[in-house]
Amino acid sequence: MPLVLPLLLAVLLFCIGVYGVLARRNAITLLMSFELMLNAVNLNLVAFDAWRLDGLATGQTLAVFVITIAAAEIGLGLAIVLLLFRGHGHVDVDAARDLVEVDHRVETIDRAEKGTDR
Amino acid sequence: MTTALFSIAGAMAVVAAVLVVTSRRIVHAALWLVVALGAVAGCFGVLHAEFVALVQILVYVGAIVVLVLFAMMLTKAPTNPLPGLTTGRSPFAAAVALVLALILGTGVVVAFGNEKVKPVPAGSAESVGNAVFRSWVLPFEVLSVLLLAALIGAIVLSQRSGRLSEPSEPVSGAEGGDD
Repeated sequence: MPLVLPLLLAVLLFCIGVYGVLARRNAITLLMSFELMLNAVNLNLVAFDAWRLDGLATGQTLAVFVITIAAAEIGLGLAIVLLLFRGHGHVDVDAARDLVEVDHRVETIDRAEKGTDR
Repeated sequence: MTTALFSIAGAMAVVAAVLVVTSRRIVHAALWLVVALGAVAGCFGVLHAEFVALVQILVYVGAIVVLVLFAMMLTKAPTNPLPGLTTGRSPFAAAVALVLALILGTGVVVAFGNEKVKPVPAGSAESVGNAVFRSWVLPFEVLSVLLLAALIGAIVLSQRSGRLSEPSEPVSGAEGGDD
């Protein structure tokens, strides 16, 4: 079997995941796209393991580790999503602007002007 | 034979993945994710990583997708089609993904265009277990600490949410003192 076959499949899955992360609005669908991207990485690891055959099963071990990290990531991610839902009543990542950058220069100028007025 | 099997599983994975990111029903997207992850597990099996395939089915399909479905229930995800699930900037996202696929794809083909995967002996859990507990013991232990930290973090996050939703008194008091 040509090695490019699993590698191209991994490229496709990764790019589909990138599209999902960029185009989706719901936080849970975002997390599902992350899972697709991590799966693409796993496919690469397993394919290179089958290609190199180093006798240590390095790629397979790392793939199992990545699956474990994905489980930890989805647990924390869903806890954050539930926190967002309890605080805002929605899971729309476009509307969650709690950490939006305010323009600090304008704010300090305003504060300075207020201080001089007082 | 393996090439044909891998192609079938890969095509299934790609089609299901596209449906995951384009489906307008959020629950359907989660169920297509099961198909995509199962097809990728089939690819692992064809590449003679049977242990990884079983772990994939066990952890991804058994735990992660169930967790995602629970989160959908808890966030009152609607089951009817939502046109607003994909943002208006999806053409740009598609362009970014397409360009990335072209770059990565040409890189992969140029680098590994005529390499072949030799027919490998059937993989076993024994080799993976030996590798985990012999040469990868330290990452394994670090990973267990990471899992514990993630567990505690998830518990702390879901406990503090009750207090955060209430109006917080000290902050307003501090502001009053500042004035």
